[in-house]
Amino acid sequence: MELYNLSIYEARTAIDKDEISPVELTEAVFKRIEDVEQTVKAYVTLTKEHALKQAKEAESLAKAGVKKPLLGIPIAIKDNMCTEGIKTTCSSKILKNFIPPYESTVTQKLKEQGYILIGKTNLDEFAMGSSTENSAFGHTRNPWDISRIPGGSSGGSAAAVSAGECIAALGSDTGGSIRQPAALCGVVGLKPTYGRVSRYGLVAFASSLDQIGPITKNVRDSAMLLNIISGHDMYDSTSAPIAVPDFTSVLGRDIKKMKIGVPKEYFIEGMDKEVEASVRIAIRKIESLGAIPVEISLPHTGHAVAVYYILATSEASSNLARYDGVKYGFRAEGKDLLDMYMKTRAGGFGAEVKRRIILGTYALSSGYYEAYYKKAQQVRTLIKQDFEKAFETVDVIVTPTSPTPAFKAGEKTEDPLQMYLSDIFTISVNLAGVPAISIPCGFTSNNLPIGLQIIGKHFDEESIFKAAYAYEQATDWHKRKPKL
Amino acid sequence: MQYETVIGLEIHAQLLTDSKMFCGCSTKFGSEPNTQTCPICIGMPGVLPVMNKKAIEYVIKTGLAVNCKIASYSRFARKNYFYPDLPKGYQISQYELPICEHGYVEIADNGSTKKIMLTRIHLEEDAGKNIHEGAGNYSLVDLNRAGTPLMEIVSEPDIRSPKEAVEFVKKLRTILRYISVCDGNMEQGSLRCDANVSVRPYGQEEFGVKTEIKNMNSFKFIEKALEYEIKRQIKVLKDGGKIIQETRLWNSERGITESMRSKEEAHDYRYFPEPDLVPVDVDSGWLEQIRTHLMAPTFSFVRSSVHLEEPDLPDIKRQRFICRYGLPEYDADLLISERAMAEWFEQAVKLGADPKIVSNWMMGELTKLLNEENKQIEECMLKPEHLVGLLELINKGIISGKIAKTVFEEMYKTGKNADTIVKEKGLVQISDEADIEKAVDEVLEKNHEEVERFKAGDEKLMGFFVGQIMKATKGKANPKIVNELLKKKLGKE
Repeated sequence: MELYNLSIYEARTAIDKDEISPVELTEAVFKRIEDVEQTVKAYVTLTKEHALKQAKEAESLAKAGVKKPLLGIPIAIKDNMCTEGIKTTCSSKILKNFIPPYESTVTQKLKEQGYILIGKTNLDEFAMGSSTENSAFGHTRNPWDISRIPGGSSGGSAAAVSAGECIAALGSDTGGSIRQPAALCGVVGLKPTYGRVSRYGLVAFASSLDQIGPITKNVRDSAMLLNIISGHDMYDSTSAPIAVPDFTSVLGRDIKKMKIGVPKEYFIEGMDKEVEASVRIAIRKIESLGAIPVEISLPHTGHAVAVYYILATSEASSNLARYDGVKYGFRAEGKDLLDMYMKTRAGGFGAEVKRRIILGTYALSSGYYEAYYKKAQQVRTLIKQDFEKAFETVDVIVTPTSPTPAFKAGEKTEDPLQMYLSDIFTISVNLAGVPAISIPCGFTSNNLPIGLQIIGKHFDEESIFKAAYAYEQATDWHKRKPKL
Repeated sequence: MQYETVIGLEIHAQLLTDSKMFCGCSTKFGSEPNTQTCPICIGMPGVLPVMNKKAIEYVIKTGLAVNCKIASYSRFARKNYFYPDLPKGYQISQYELPICEHGYVEIADNGSTKKIMLTRIHLEEDAGKNIHEGAGNYSLVDLNRAGTPLMEIVSEPDIRSPKEAVEFVKKLRTILRYISVCDGNMEQGSLRCDANVSVRPYGQEEFGVKTEIKNMNSFKFIEKALEYEIKRQIKVLKDGGKIIQETRLWNSERGITESMRSKEEAHDYRYFPEPDLVPVDVDSGWLEQIRTHLMAPTFSFVRSSVHLEEPDLPDIKRQRFICRYGLPEYDADLLISERAMAEWFEQAVKLGADPKIVSNWMMGELTKLLNEENKQIEECMLKPEHLVGLLELINKGIISGKIAKTVFEEMYKTGKNADTIVKEKGLVQISDEADIEKAVDEVLEKNHEEVERFKAGDEKLMGFFVGQIMKATKGKANPKIVNELLKKKLGKE
């Protein structure tokens, strides 16, 4: 097998047995990048020099007998997580040359475990989008069909993992931004429980929804990475002071008698027939492993997209106010302060970001707050309660991740509403704050990957991993690789 | 037509925490620009605020000291607006659920007291400062102050005159200093005051249209600005005009208020709950702990053996000073204005001194000496026991009142006690009649002419003789005996 196709677990084993070296592995990944990156365009910044230096260090540490879970493992980071001394752009012109003087908590934790940073991956500007087409630095393509989008906003990370341009990656998920591209690129993407992973250093889009998670080649890698990035952080008061279990310890446990909720609201008119068929077959597969499917209802699902586009944009309108040209980042000269503000923000932000800032500003405005923001918060509570109620009777909930497989580049760029509907099955999870994973569950007749979403209770990623791993081990979908 | 003034105040008080509200940067005043900053307080991408618990404690302390209801659950909110000194483009503040509500402050009101009700007290972060200097077509930004904890105290429109407004701010300042949450320095801006002002015809229930006055950074300016604004509003109304709801700035050089922005130009702050911070839960255990430590620590001159009731706020002290110690209101008000003064006074009284005499010494000699050096009472070497020792010497007739002033000054300068000074300098009062008589005789001898005039009826000369005798005895003669002897010798008995 090609080295770049190794999982974390396989690479770890091989390095520990001295079958391969961190430098070899890193060089193999960069060779792969050389071969396919011009087609896939997964990265905004590649940190080859830095990575090879880290690899050499890892190599001598490994030789000295140092054992760390990520020692010598090449990992890609979505370009909205701050890396000290390394450009962090959020795929936005306004942060084009921004070099953070501090490290995000997640990358700090990866560093402590010896990871090798391969580069910063492309995203929809400020993580706003579902296709990675809203990037100021080029469009990432789907490795399974380069005329199609990889999903978004963590499209760069998902494509890089899928194409073998890294061993694993981190993404961030506000409304589906890890799971939807993972589904569309045929890899595993986990959005942990809100509060499980520190957000310190993650450039905020919508603070009450954003969560960082792993994008990996299989479920075991996902559990391994979550072990490392989880836990309370004194720099993030919304990170939960809850003990972190060893998520890999549940892998391989049987799922007999596990109750699998199947919400009727997630199998809707107009969804792709092949997606629906694959997901239904996957549910039967899970049933064949001893689990018990239960039809459930999440009655407020239909309001999720509307609620999300009020709350997320409201928070975004405030979070993005700091990009004003005064302190850092892009500044356009103006004849006075107001003129400078307006020219900077008009020139620095892309169309989708501006659209959302305007929408959020409107929703928070005096006279509209009650009707929009406040009402949306109330409905958010109802959506949360839907899940609480469902989880009284089931252990996990299974749904499609995305209503369609990867669509054509440019297909939805002129129709924001159609684009927003790409996240129709993933948004509720963020609103409720619960964890969910997307794993490969089949392919369309065009050989496009299809994703299965498994949702768990608050801080019960273990049940998700247990079910996901059992399904993965019983199928071969995750072993398929795109032909590039 | 007669008009009534209606004023409500918003006081911003910088809290005396060592570090900022959401990061570890220092809050020290007056450092080089932008040396007390970090990625968090300059609003870099991806950073998050973490609450300084001390700041919340200080707001709760304040709430307890001004009779507020302390919320068991409160929340922070974002106040959104663009300005270069506001690095995040929003200020973390409180909106719907402040930490404290429904309190009051009592101010003196013609021999009685008046309650000024407080709407709320909330916690927010301060902004940085824009610096406009030099001829260049630019401004500079100093973010040292950005993120300093700031407490906003909002009063009801209960104030009816500029004098009352000043009284209110003074009282509030005293309380904040008592509980050590704010240094109250208006010049440096650690205590700032904005006012909402309107006028209405006497007897009218409905409020008039108000203006908001900013930039009044001293007690004098508060009074002047409000006086000006009230006159201005009344004139507008008398001339048949209408008051425009607007924000006005006090221009201290011109002595007027000037329009800054109208209601139409006012910001829509788009408040919404701060998603980066968890709500604040104040449980009863924490609240009790804060209540217990409301006043501590006290000053070094207060001996631990002397128990002071806690919490001992200005109003309680004032009451006690008047009722228990029999001080006049004037004395009580002056002594309670600073906690250190009040506790110094009380320590002296508890050591056995007469309250009014202690008060006289403090308001007279002590204040004079402190003012000369621009010092605070807690900074001087003179301790309450020194004064008490001095008063004992006077009572026992060992020194005269006149000598006592010299001794007092010496104690102030050296920190030695009265006994030592009197002994070292040989200042013991002469009470031996024979010694004094000698001096009296000598003076009367020398001033024969004056004696004749006195006998002829010029009784004012008595003072002259006393003065001469004191001079001759270097002030040590017991004045009572001098008087008695003089009267006898001059045939007045």
